Amino acid sequence: MSVLQEIIPSAFLFAAPLIFTALGGVLSERSGIINIGLEGLMVMGAFVGIVVNLELAPFMMENFGSTGKLLTPWISILVAAIVSALFASLHAIATVTFRADQVVTGVAINFLALGVGLFLIKQIYGKGQTDMVDAPLNSTDIPLLSDIPFIGPIFFEGTYYTNWLAVILAFVVWYVIFKTPFGLRLRSVGEHPIAADTVGINVNKMRYIAVMLSGFFGGIGGSVFALTFAQNFSHGTISGQGFIALAAVVFGKWHPLGALGAAIFFGVAQSLSVIGSGIPLLENIPSVYLQIAPYVLTILALVGLVGRAESPKALGTPFIKGSR
Amino acid sequence: MKKRNFLVTLFLSFTLILAACGTSDEGNADGDSGEEKNCEPSDDAINVAMVTDVGGVDDKSFNQSAWEGLQAYGEEYCLEEDEHYDYAQSTQDADYEPNLNRLTGQDYELVYGIGYKLTEAIEKVAGQNPDTNYALVDEVASEMDNLTSITFKEHQGSFLVGVAAALKTESNQVGFVGGVDSPLINKFEVGFEAGVKSIDPSIEVDVRYAESFDDAGKGRQIANSMYNSGVDIIYHAAGGAGNGVFSEAKDIKTNDPESYVWVIGVDRDQYDEGTVTVDGTDYNVTFTSMVKRVDIAVQDVAERMMEGDFPGGENIEYGLSDEGVSVADTNEEAYTEEIATAVSEWEQKIIDGELDIPSTHDELEEFLNNL
Repeated sequence: MSVLQEIIPSAFLFAAPLIFTALGGVLSERSGIINIGLEGLMVMGAFVGIVVNLELAPFMMENFGSTGKLLTPWISILVAAIVSALFASLHAIATVTFRADQVVTGVAINFLALGVGLFLIKQIYGKGQTDMVDAPLNSTDIPLLSDIPFIGPIFFEGTYYTNWLAVILAFVVWYVIFKTPFGLRLRSVGEHPIAADTVGINVNKMRYIAVMLSGFFGGIGGSVFALTFAQNFSHGTISGQGFIALAAVVFGKWHPLGALGAAIFFGVAQSLSVIGSGIPLLENIPSVYLQIAPYVLTILALVGLVGRAESPKALGTPFIKGSR
Repeated sequence: MKKRNFLVTLFLSFTLILAACGTSDEGNADGDSGEEKNCEPSDDAINVAMVTDVGGVDDKSFNQSAWEGLQAYGEEYCLEEDEHYDYAQSTQDADYEPNLNRLTGQDYELVYGIGYKLTEAIEKVAGQNPDTNYALVDEVASEMDNLTSITFKEHQGSFLVGVAAALKTESNQVGFVGGVDSPLINKFEVGFEAGVKSIDPSIEVDVRYAESFDDAGKGRQIANSMYNSGVDIIYHAAGGAGNGVFSEAKDIKTNDPESYVWVIGVDRDQYDEGTVTVDGTDYNVTFTSMVKRVDIAVQDVAERMMEGDFPGGENIEYGLSDEGVSVADTNEEAYTEEIATAVSEWEQKIIDGELDIPSTHDELEEFLNNL
């Protein structure tokens, strides 16, 4: 009980940014665009989230008091998501309109985001990293739900609203992808764009939307990570979380709920590796095994040992109208 | 096809341009190079320069501290920035060697490499340029007449913050979060544990490593687990991962301003990182910090070279006695007079040589057996 109470909140906290970002990855890849740039989108989200928070907090606190302080991180996250969506449109322009190699542009997005972020931090603040924000996301007990016996303390006490937003969004994305006409179109351009084109779906438009949505979600993920963990922006704020999210996309078999599960699994694995020394069963396992477990499983999933991971058929191939 | 290549090239060159912007010297933030000076540069002053590691010159940590040391040196001998002293910023590991070579080519007589990451690059460049002197900060380089190594007795400073932590803890449990399990970070760990145990051997020290200097998420999970298990003071030596320790402590404080949680900072005074405002009242979770005075060391080596006493091939260790390491007392409310007095008593013992602080696990064992 107490062990669960320790592991789950910490795992969940770590997983939340991964869930957001992985959802973005799912959307983009379902439409047929590989998105190696998730890391860069998170960096952009973290950068914008922190800067907006730093700039906005004094104003909000002055005018709206403690409510303003509570609102500030949410506004920061929203702005970060929008800016990252615009930033991701670069990836869309390159890969959809100009049919550039999707992996190469994705890598470029990663470099570009960090370069732009650090460069602007330097221009704005005259130093290599920002100060810590005054209005980060803080944990709270969710009213009513935290009073439920057993489940309450584990899931709803000292938790973050962003955690639950991530879970809810995973279900929303699942619904959108699998239960709506929009989702059907999105999947069809990722599976067989030529067929989709012949029935009148605008393939390029769908892909643009999907990639920009991945930027939106990646931006949320990055800013949530920065506002809960690092609380400032520097070259190392986002250090590989985007790639872990990418692994979650693959491990979750390009399914929103799969990605949700994978991200939580990664969180649990990491949380166990941190806390494991205190748990009787695990204390004899070197923590490095727990740390590498998610990645080993991802590789196994890719080579088909843990169920078959099948990517969207047209993933990575640009659509050329009229070709067959 | 052509279009696509063009675009990719455009993208990559854009990143390159931005990266290049980062390295160019944007002038020093103080902007004092423009103002007139009413003194003449000393004749025997030497031209010094430094190469940062990827942290950058304003990393609020040892790169920045080193640059402040050079600026202080420049001020003291009335030197001009860019002419007599300068820095080159590295944005990736591949920049170290070109940066060292460039500064060597610009006739700087002494070039510093800041950070253990530059070890290989500086050894190579020093081997190729026997007429220029080099100094490596934070790591011991191989022996060469024109290369000196500057290291710090972090274990001494860590011992003192350990003493302070032992006096401050109420739960008799303290924690240590390290970046990467390596000989350098072990010095922090071992010194801290020795300090804690010197006050009260029954205090438990929970030692964990984040295995990363960047991952604040990991740092926070560790801190969360430690505070949950009853630890009330955490000493971190984990760079950016340590931010996670601060955010966890601040979150606890935000939810319950009465809670008794503290963080001990590292490398520089991390008082600012610890501020948290709850309902209009300011709190600070930074109890104290173990400060490494890279600036003092950098200035000292430059001055020794001026006097013709460049310690080539040596490893100079800066400790408490030459103010190379110290304990911050900014948070006066938490770091009480009583604690300060006790710490300075122990400090005196170390300076007087009455006490040898362990710096490795083996030495720690011996130290604890002799308590």
